[in-house]
Amino acid sequence: MLAAVGLPSLDSLFEDVPEAVRARFRPLGISSCSEMEVAARLAELARANRGATGVSFLGGGIYDHYIPSVVSHVLSRSEFSTAYTPYQPEVSQGTLTAMFEFQTLIAELTGMEIANASMYDGATALAEAALMAERIRRRGRIAVARTLFPHVRRVLDTYAWGAGVTLVEIPHDASGRCRFDDLPDDLSALIVQTPNAFGVIERLEGVKDRIGEALLVASAYPLSLGLLKPPGAFDADVVVGEGQSLGLPMGFGGPLLGLFATRKAYLRQLPGRVAGRTVDVEGTVGYVMAAQTREQHIRRARATSNICTNSALCALAATVYLASVGGRGLRNVALQSFEKAHDLAARIERIEGYELPFEGPFFNEFVVRTPGDPSTVRARLDEEGLLVGPPEDLASLGVERALRIAVTERRTEAELDRFVDVLGDAK
Amino acid sequence: MKTIFERPRSDAPSSFVPRGSEPRQPVEGEIDHDLLREDPPRIPTLAEPVVVRHYTALSKANFGVDDGFYPLGSCTMKYNPKLNEAVAALPGFAFLHPQTDPDSAQGTLELLHGLTDLLRQIAGMSAVSLQPVAGAHGELTGMLLFKRYFEERNETARARILLPDSAHGTNPASAAVAGFSTVEIPSDKRGMVDVDALRAALDETAAGIMLTVPNTLGIFEERILEITEAVHDAGGLCYFDGANLNAFLGRVRPGDMGADVFHFNLHKTLSTPHGGGGPGAGPIAVSEKLEEFLPVPRIVAEDGRYRLDRDYPRSIGSVHSFYGNVLVAVKAYAYLLRLGDEGLREVSENAVLNANYLRVRLKETFGLPYDALCKHEFVLSAKDLPNEVTALDVAKRLIDYGIHPPTIYFPLIVREALMIEPTETESKASLDAFADAMERIAAEAASDPEILRTAPHEAPVRRLDQTRAARDPILTYPLEDAEA
Repeated sequence: MLAAVGLPSLDSLFEDVPEAVRARFRPLGISSCSEMEVAARLAELARANRGATGVSFLGGGIYDHYIPSVVSHVLSRSEFSTAYTPYQPEVSQGTLTAMFEFQTLIAELTGMEIANASMYDGATALAEAALMAERIRRRGRIAVARTLFPHVRRVLDTYAWGAGVTLVEIPHDASGRCRFDDLPDDLSALIVQTPNAFGVIERLEGVKDRIGEALLVASAYPLSLGLLKPPGAFDADVVVGEGQSLGLPMGFGGPLLGLFATRKAYLRQLPGRVAGRTVDVEGTVGYVMAAQTREQHIRRARATSNICTNSALCALAATVYLASVGGRGLRNVALQSFEKAHDLAARIERIEGYELPFEGPFFNEFVVRTPGDPSTVRARLDEEGLLVGPPEDLASLGVERALRIAVTERRTEAELDRFVDVLGDAK
Repeated sequence: MKTIFERPRSDAPSSFVPRGSEPRQPVEGEIDHDLLREDPPRIPTLAEPVVVRHYTALSKANFGVDDGFYPLGSCTMKYNPKLNEAVAALPGFAFLHPQTDPDSAQGTLELLHGLTDLLRQIAGMSAVSLQPVAGAHGELTGMLLFKRYFEERNETARARILLPDSAHGTNPASAAVAGFSTVEIPSDKRGMVDVDALRAALDETAAGIMLTVPNTLGIFEERILEITEAVHDAGGLCYFDGANLNAFLGRVRPGDMGADVFHFNLHKTLSTPHGGGGPGAGPIAVSEKLEEFLPVPRIVAEDGRYRLDRDYPRSIGSVHSFYGNVLVAVKAYAYLLRLGDEGLREVSENAVLNANYLRVRLKETFGLPYDALCKHEFVLSAKDLPNEVTALDVAKRLIDYGIHPPTIYFPLIVREALMIEPTETESKASLDAFADAMERIAAEAASDPEILRTAPHEAPVRRLDQTRAARDPILTYPLEDAEA
């Protein structure tokens, strides 16, 4: 092959790289390994993650829901996993049809007209919603409920700073709900999360009427929407969310799945990819990437976002998950999570010294005030293999001496019993 | 294609999860009923075999690297070793919650720290963040680092980013999202940055440049050191788009060329794979002067233990919910451990040899507007094909020959561009089969242009009407017809 190219050596393939640059090169100092050796090393690292075998009461946007075997089976088909972004629709009908199904499912779940084909994660989806609202309204100011998950708020802060948008924080009341009674005016958007960082379900009825021209952006927990009325039913303009609960493993927080749904009227301002239905020259139905004139590969600096690669395979996971459980199955999963969480909350409230500081309604996650140092309680639970999140997360929202507890359909009676027993001992 | 909403329904509800002892509505007092849906979402109930057959049918209407040659330029569609998938699926990695106490997540933290260190060395730079989850996300993060750097120096007048006219579209878009305006720098006759035009644009309003090395023509910028030196002398910073890292892996380090930020595409260069549009990962490496601004949390090693540290007061903050695409990082780490130094060197060697082999074989049949030793990819032009046959026609006809089309109509500086990147994992036999198909297509352009204009003939669908989808977008299936 070298002869065909007309070069004397492999090194001469790189003779166009300045000598000074080549001379500075330093190797890593590692030798190649067999597959067996690497598999063993990685298995050893995986075993060192003690937390993966614990019983999870962790939440905060990422939950331990059951994943039907169908999901990983479909994802393992390499026609999906080893394809690129569907630039050539005629050989990408699998990806594109699934994107169209995903958009339909997310629009239905959130109660909106359209959805895009996915974003990186719930936090960047929310940040992109803020940027979209700012493009549409251009007021330079966005109100944000204080009760966003802190990890979501941090990403919003970074994006808003980049775009030169000012954020105004809206406090919560004693019930744990956002206070909508005294909102600033002249906003591009109001951003709320439901259920919020305390697990409390926000009351969105009538909120849209109080914010004038501003867009109502709601971040929702998609699995809860099997049971709860979606933000679309309360006139939200954009609904975003973290889609991990729909068939994705927790993966120490990545890859995740950003959901983004809105009104059809805002299609031209939508960030990210979107698949649309069309026909081929013979009239057969097929799918293509639609509304591409918004996108960076055509519009460059004037694109509605810079998003190219996002979370297509994770969106496929969510699509297969929802197709597998169906609407009634999703409601069952949501209802069981709800019931088990309410059962556990009621039992914890009966333990002396523990209380639920917020009276607002919750879905499957709630805040518990601990009699002593919450870190001690957390450590005690950890010894028994029961996992809850760090108290610092709530402390950063001004809620001291508290833990957040999430319950999914996977938790058994016996696990709830153990949890209650440990709390009773760990005062 | 039929959608899942058009498949036969089942009467039996799914049984993936136990039905519970007594299914009920939540009781009054637990929640106000006006917060609840009246009916479940209108998602059909389907039997498991129906679901599996549907998605198996969809998969067969897709083309991945495992199906055949995929020379999509700038996308580095190399073979993805199956070990990557196996290790990322290990329960110890997959079922770990991001708020697990770091003491109980030492395996993942050690791996992330190890990958960070390998990437830092590959880049030849000071520090790495794994938080960005895509190439464009790395670009945006890099642009935010530029912004913070100039804010800290009270040089906020530096609000323009210079971009070669051959840049990826994500570059200008990423600069714009971070609040910068963009200025285009022309290429010279040899396809490289016009250094005089660059110097003229470098004033006190220039924040820096975004470069792709080698550039999107597959050509290594001969004057790269002169370019980065000029930018630095003018007080600017240099961003290197790492989409084309496969061209010099194990041989050249961006840090040695003056990069201040360099992004990796783990789903391209490190084969993690691409997933039909993600999830990927776009870690960034930075030079010393930008290190203190990196996203938080950062992974820190101390006495053989690993922890997450947020205590970097000048950081730009966070760009992802947690620590980036961790399971993608697991795959990249496995890939790097397998290769070692020798393997990395072979990657770029074979990637560049394969590209040059095809370049030389095809340049007589197709036009090669910038004819020079290329790196991992090269750009042909279909503009001189007879009978007004276009790059699009060539691309669609390749599908009939069982080959995924190359990138077309990019870079914008080449008319009727066909951007071809074979990667290192293709054999000479598959390169020859591709070249044969390309030569046959060129012959067909003269003898039977109609067969090209109406291609593809062998795909699941014929050529699709993109204009209709743009004019009258149908983005959801009408669920009114569906019953839950």
